[in-house]
Amino acid sequence: MTNLTDLGVAAIRSGVARGDFTAVEVAEAFNANVAAAQDALNAFIVTTPELAVDAARRVDAARAAGQALGKMAGVPIGMKDLFATKGVQTTAASHILEGFTPEYESTVSQKLWDAGAGMLGKLNLDQFAMGSSNETSAFGNVISPWRRPNDTAPLAPGGSSGGSSAAIAAQLCPAATGTDTGGSIRQPAAFTGISGIKPTYGRCSRWGIVAFASSLDQAGAMAHDVTDCAIMLEAMAGFDPKDSTSLNLPVPDWSAALSDDLSGKTVGIPREYRMDGMDEEVSRSWEQGVAWLKDAGAKVVDISLPHTKYALPCYYIIAPAEASSNLARYDGVRYGLRDLPDGAGLQDMYAATRAAGFGAEVKRRIMIGTYVLSAGFYDAYYTQAQKVRTLISHDFKNAFTECDVILAPTAPTAAFALGEKSGDPLEMYLNDVFSVPASLAGLPAMSVPAGLSREGLPLGLQVIGRAFDEQGVLNAALAIERRAGFAAKPSRWW
Amino acid sequence: MSVDTATVAKIASLARIKVSEPELAAMVPELNGILAWVEQLAEVDVTGIEPMTAVIENHQRLRDDVIDADPLTGGGIRDKVLANAPAPEHGFFGVPKVIE
Repeated sequence: MTNLTDLGVAAIRSGVARGDFTAVEVAEAFNANVAAAQDALNAFIVTTPELAVDAARRVDAARAAGQALGKMAGVPIGMKDLFATKGVQTTAASHILEGFTPEYESTVSQKLWDAGAGMLGKLNLDQFAMGSSNETSAFGNVISPWRRPNDTAPLAPGGSSGGSSAAIAAQLCPAATGTDTGGSIRQPAAFTGISGIKPTYGRCSRWGIVAFASSLDQAGAMAHDVTDCAIMLEAMAGFDPKDSTSLNLPVPDWSAALSDDLSGKTVGIPREYRMDGMDEEVSRSWEQGVAWLKDAGAKVVDISLPHTKYALPCYYIIAPAEASSNLARYDGVRYGLRDLPDGAGLQDMYAATRAAGFGAEVKRRIMIGTYVLSAGFYDAYYTQAQKVRTLISHDFKNAFTECDVILAPTAPTAAFALGEKSGDPLEMYLNDVFSVPASLAGLPAMSVPAGLSREGLPLGLQVIGRAFDEQGVLNAALAIERRAGFAAKPSRWW
Repeated sequence: MSVDTATVAKIASLARIKVSEPELAAMVPELNGILAWVEQLAEVDVTGIEPMTAVIENHQRLRDDVIDADPLTGGGIRDKVLANAPAPEHGFFGVPKVIE
């Protein structure tokens, strides 16, 4: 019999629909993998095996009754612990929310349950999604299932959706939700040899997602391949009146329209992404990607995104500014942690609660955000950054008059070891150099596995598209996927 | 622009985060490193450029003026609102004494 945990979203859905196996069998197989890996990988903050089985039972019953099945029917998934889930602890991987049990369900997770998915558990992440290695979680590091050859040093699964990426790569779930503020879906996908798409800003409702930087935060799908991402994104996306920036547009049938024929399409190669001292293997993988897209029928042209070098500093003003405002809600009054020292007044309680509840990186970003928004500095930092953001967005608009999609690396290197970059915040921030520009411009972007480094670690390629053109992104990613034939898996050491 | 210990203490106070003296001393060089790096934005010519307000063009909309149209965000759910409060009292959020 097929090993059910080898299967992806499309294969599980069709196998359940055909009756090759039951949804309950699938849920139990993944539950077993989750339990067996938890101590070694720490991918989940809480596991909910009973919820996965309950959802599967409903799907099996619906099938037995001859009812129509949803897009995700019978597919158990991991839910990043940034999505509020009714009755299940939701922490954003922060001590300040430990024990918080929402009375409501986020729009995106509700849509997935309505489509027939079940929840295996809440996935670990960088605290409040602030990080690129999953080392800022208050619930411990996530360990990548990938290792360098003859080396047991734990590697980063990427961040902030590091629990999601590690769990999929280790076959603990066939798919997982992610959120992407500056690369938090794409970079972990690249580090672990899986696919991940961040759609156009506004495609997925932000309602019920713990806010980090609201003008950048966007949910997306992570899975083994492009088709699975397309299916899952269809289930997640859609207009939601509860999110003021939600796009009131129909959700296209992306998976049905998938095609790796890029005839008549033009792919842009941004020259500013070719940086001094660029990793040779990343550079070679990028060139290989160009050759694959030409083979798929695309024309390839050089383009310019002149303000690329300012994207990261721009992001590291805007994101902390929004975070400092969003995270003001954690005050020890309405939910989460309260630290009330003896004899303390209200102000002391706020300060003590936030000191005890937030991790170092979260505090650092709140402090930066508070400073750049403070009187006398607002224009020099924040307004200037928002103007530069306009220029970065213009760069993309201009580039898309010459091309349909843009091809770039996802991350500057393959996965690094835990502890390798965590001592220097700036060095960690630089890991987002290729992913942040598309976030600032709100564009759909996807990472797809392209091959292995000399050390046997996955390398990802990134496709960036026009606003609303997820189809163009998915199709170019599919063209890469079909030609890369990436089939490597981490060997099971856990 | 660089920050000194007094400025960082002031930021921490504005941000309502209690910071010890050693933490403060460690934060000063970290924040200065980050601020020096973001300062390169000042060299960009932004003459005539509007600051971004919406990354994807969208229009602001008003909801229908219907009470409790969506039970999730409507009223009459006091106990749910208070369910996660660390110290609810008599159907309210409890806080330390504010007025002497």
